[in-house]
Amino acid sequence: MAKRIDVSGLSAFYGSHKAIDDISMTVEPCSVTAFIGPSGCGKSTFLRTLNRMHEVTPGGRVEGKVMLDDENLYASGIDPVAVRRTVGMVFQRPNPFPTMSIRDNVTAGLRLNGSYKKRELDEIVEKSLRGANLWNEVKDRLDRPGAGLSGGQQQRLCIARAIAVEPEVLLMDEPCSALDPISTLAVEDLIGELKQRFTIVIVTHNMQQAARVSDRTAFFNLSGIGEPGRLVEIDDTERIFSNPSVQATEDYISGRFG
Amino acid sequence: MDTPTSKAPAPPEAPQGRRTTGKAGDRVFLGLSRGSGIVLLVIMAAIAAFLAYRASLAISKDQANFLTAFAWNPQGNPPEFGIAILAYGTVVSSIIAMAVAVPVAIGIALFVSHYAPRKLAAPMAYVIDLLAAVPSIVYGLWGALVLVPYLAGLNQWLDEYLGWTYIFDKTGSGPARSLFTVGLLLAVMILPVITNVIREVFLQVPRMHEEAALALGATRWEVIRMSVLPFGRSGIISASMLGLGRALGETMAVATVLSPSFVFSGHLLDPGGGTFAQNIAAKFNEADAFGRDALIASGLVLFVITLLVNGAARLIIARRKEYSGAAA
Ligand SMILES: Nc1ncnc2c1ncn2[C@@H]1O[C@H](COP(=O)(O)OP(=O)(O)O)[C@@H](O)[C@H]1O
Ligand SMILES: [Mg+2]
Repeated sequence: MAKRIDVSGLSAFYGSHKAIDDISMTVEPCSVTAFIGPSGCGKSTFLRTLNRMHEVTPGGRVEGKVMLDDENLYASGIDPVAVRRTVGMVFQRPNPFPTMSIRDNVTAGLRLNGSYKKRELDEIVEKSLRGANLWNEVKDRLDRPGAGLSGGQQQRLCIARAIAVEPEVLLMDEPCSALDPISTLAVEDLIGELKQRFTIVIVTHNMQQAARVSDRTAFFNLSGIGEPGRLVEIDDTERIFSNPSVQATEDYISGRFG
Repeated sequence: MDTPTSKAPAPPEAPQGRRTTGKAGDRVFLGLSRGSGIVLLVIMAAIAAFLAYRASLAISKDQANFLTAFAWNPQGNPPEFGIAILAYGTVVSSIIAMAVAVPVAIGIALFVSHYAPRKLAAPMAYVIDLLAAVPSIVYGLWGALVLVPYLAGLNQWLDEYLGWTYIFDKTGSGPARSLFTVGLLLAVMILPVITNVIREVFLQVPRMHEEAALALGATRWEVIRMSVLPFGRSGIISASMLGLGRALGETMAVATVLSPSFVFSGHLLDPGGGTFAQNIAAKFNEADAFGRDALIASGLVLFVITLLVNGAARLIIARRKEYSGAAA
């Protein structure tokens, strides 16, 4: 199921403002790639170009190519809605549908795609919630509102919702930044398990987290205020944190570590 | 050395002074707000008591059943009057108004908030605002001069194709000064205010809820179904109640369009019927003291109906509160 992402010459704009410039990288299937870099360097923007969410922002525009295996997501005739069904996304702030029960939150994406029998849905609900390490905590209250869960549980519910549709890629934009340390650990463990089945890209502000969960790390930077963000380098996580090939990367990482 | 020591105690005093003024301010404000609250309650209780007293004077002398009689003749001998026709007319015309106005308002609000390009949305919102401010007598005149003649054709069509439903069966050839016409006119009148409130609510749907749906691969309509409508649910109910309140109490426009009668008819297209507010406006000037008491009694019934409707709406909203999105 998991697919390779191959980005080439990708730039993204907000109106006339260029937010990221000429980014190229490859993300291997069934791996975790972390994006790090200072705020405003375009990590979120870049992530959102990978499932065509960037263009829902007014004025949002993309140039370049994103290949998912051998299909260009930006080729004419590709339906962005279909792209988002195969490339799932988890946001910075947990955003379960507040009016839906836990069960309905998990099946929301499935119910968009087609009709399922109740028993099939029940199976998927259990499988997805188990996949998100949430099953044991909520199995007795699947019909309660998702908004009643704690922040960490809500975020895992959002992950369950995203993986219920069996996407090929899972994008996560600082999924732990609104969570307490224990929930953060729970989500990190989960990422380690999910990479068996999905290609995962995660934006994080937390160096240790990048070092803990990712196989590859990409460092982004921008040369100044108002300048577009660029990819500085992407390499194995171990190398980035021990012996990066670009000085700026080392400065950034060591600056954060003190 | 003297100067600093003599100055030193001053600073602690200053904040203390400020704190006492703060406390006094709190006390004054508390007294004012509590006082005006009590005064308001007393005034309302006094008005209610006065109206209830006057109403009871009339009802106690009513020789017909006040709730079920089809007549309004308090000056007669014996005095006979009942609110059945008025309650029926008020409720039916308001139901028609809501059935037409609420879906249309949701549609317009969705269009303005989620479909229309910005260049079009802003002027549209402005025009709707203006429409909400048009005085009701203007709507009444428009209803009598434009809507009534125009609806003759629609009435004929309804009679021909939906006459079998009984309610759309038009007996006789009277003008379209019917409850149905009143309902449509009320719908037009309450549409702007309902639309505006719903539009505001739709614009407040948090971006992250809409993105949650988008990221699952929802189309624009699916985003609306999954995020916008559920989030806006209680707002839609509140907006509808605002419109319903206006429809239930509308006086001038109804009085201008309806040709009132106290004969019951289930055929909505037939001229006739009446509403509480229209009946009060039509009869108040020529009524004697007792007749006015009777009208006051009918007004109280309208008040009770309005209270019941509002209570029901609150119940609906409260029952779904934990799913409402307010908690998120
Ligand atoms: N909705 C938006 N409209 C206009 N500019 C935006 C918007 N979102 C982000 N930007 C701009 O794009 C650049 C990159 O932002 P972002 O991708 O959020 O960075 P990061 O996630 O790395 O902090 C910033 O200069 C930011 O100001
Ligand atoms: Mg970001």
